[in-house]
Amino acid sequence: MSWHLSGSRAWLMQRISAIYIALFLAFILITLTLGNAINSYEQWHSLWTSPAINLATLLFFSLLLLHAWVGMRDIILDYVTLFRARLLLLALLGIALLGCQLWAIRILIT
Amino acid sequence: MRQPVQPQFLDLTKIRLPLPGVVSILHRISGFLLVLAIPVSLYLLDLSLRNREGFSHAIAISHSLLFKLTASMILWSICHHLLAGLRFLLLDLEIGVGREQANQSSKIVLISSAMLTLLLLGVIW
Repeated sequence: MSWHLSGSRAWLMQRISAIYIALFLAFILITLTLGNAINSYEQWHSLWTSPAINLATLLFFSLLLLHAWVGMRDIILDYVTLFRARLLLLALLGIALLGCQLWAIRILIT
Repeated sequence: MRQPVQPQFLDLTKIRLPLPGVVSILHRISGFLLVLAIPVSLYLLDLSLRNREGFSHAIAISHSLLFKLTASMILWSICHHLLAGLRFLLLDLEIGVGREQANQSSKIVLISSAMLTLLLLGVIW
């Protein structure tokens, strides 16, 4: 079976994204707890707009949504056997996740 | 083509999942809950970064009972999904694939994710 159809690519992406998500969350948790305490809007705003964190967060949401796509696709394919229902749910999921991606971009790049 | 025969009328109360099976289904359930948390997180991030009023509004929301209850469930989901996921990564590397070890690591995942959640709950409540 080809690399594409075997699901190996999804398998690999799920693991790569998982590792990045875990490292990012650990990094944010450490930044928020050990860094300067955030008491004002200005501090909060400058934290997320600093270039490194801004870029890392954008990448985080992209990989998180990709991870969500692979996981939810597995769930739908496991439990929904009716072809048309499958197609509908996958389409709705895709639209919702794509919407979240655009939303994340709009929040972080303004 | 003939349809493959599938088991019918599964009685969930009669199914005894082994511990690794429990970890696996909880990994799936927690993942599903975490997907639902994505738009909520985006909403709060959006609100908090908009302006000063939005920032205070987001903080007020984070102090509400509904938020804290939801956040508690999401914190458990993160802890379980992370630790069970790490266990699956180790299994991919063929670490701990024996039956005894798999049972043992399942116990470790279930107990440590519960303890980690309790620790984090102490922070938010």
